[in-house]
Amino acid sequence: MIAGYSGADLAIALINVLLLGLLFVIGVAIARMRSLFAIVMLSGIYSLISATWFVALDAVDVAFTEAAVGAGISTALLLGAMLLTARTAKPEPFARSIVPILVVIATGAMLVYATIDLPAFGDPDSPANTYVGTDYLERTPQEIAVPNIVTAVLASYRGFDTLGETGVVFTAALAVILLLGFGERSLSATFNRKKDKK
Amino acid sequence: MAGPRTDHHVILRVVAKPLIPIIALFALYVHFHGDYSPGGGFQAGVIIVVAVVLYALIFGITPAMRAVPPVFARSLAALGFIIFAGVGVWALIMGGNFLDYDVLFNEEPGGHMGQHYGIIAVEVGVLFAVAGSMLSIFYAFAGRVTEIKDEDW
Repeated sequence: MIAGYSGADLAIALINVLLLGLLFVIGVAIARMRSLFAIVMLSGIYSLISATWFVALDAVDVAFTEAAVGAGISTALLLGAMLLTARTAKPEPFARSIVPILVVIATGAMLVYATIDLPAFGDPDSPANTYVGTDYLERTPQEIAVPNIVTAVLASYRGFDTLGETGVVFTAALAVILLLGFGERSLSATFNRKKDKK
Repeated sequence: MAGPRTDHHVILRVVAKPLIPIIALFALYVHFHGDYSPGGGFQAGVIIVVAVVLYALIFGITPAMRAVPPVFARSLAALGFIIFAGVGVWALIMGGNFLDYDVLFNEEPGGHMGQHYGIIAVEVGVLFAVAGSMLSIFYAFAGRVTEIKDEDW
């Protein structure tokens, strides 16, 4: 036994290490790759593994969203975007990547340093679990009467946030439409161009 | 599209065909079970779009646009946002604050009908807005490339 862990705790710790290790390997692979198709596929796998990791952290709603949005629709949309551009990224000269590498290492070091101050995972006295979080847990059965507290917070207590999020998604679609067009007109234009060529 | 000589994706088509309705059904389950289990309008909207995207990837973008027209997709997105904001305005008209579901039906304190139906209406709005927006984005990208040849990959 590793000191401080026993039984199920050890298994969960090992699973966490395994999943985070996989995420790290995939991240490095994405950074080093040049084929955009492989990068898009790997980012889908990255999302799927982080969804698995969220399940291990008991954040099932987040995991579900990550699997549906990150691994599902994002991958399809990135594939669609990739088809509009070149298939491979241009190789970067090493001299130009020194500064980004330094920035990434500095940010990573700061984040690791910041985790020292974080409360332990699942700590009942942590700020996230004391003030408003406990309030929601205690009040939802009387005030909202919805079994899934995540839904109560999302749709009722934080209805404004969700309205804003829906607006963001809608605005994103508007922005893409403004840039690329609705789709059907460009599709028929391409067909006509093909016919003209023949 | 592909003639008999070039159609080597027949297994893909046969496997995808029964999968698409199951994906759409699962999306509805995720949506209407969102009160009890993980899920809700956002995830359900994305999953429904995945069913259409899968159809477009396998059977071509033109049949997909015929089945779910782009004008329907973008109207759905706008309608969803209007439903969500409309519930808020409804609460305003009933004399409460914006998006305050308690006042929706003028019920006694302690009643949960307003919360229940308010959440359902809002989730339907999210479902429509997310599904319509995502599908519009996909159509905008996919409409620019007609046929993806195998050597393109």
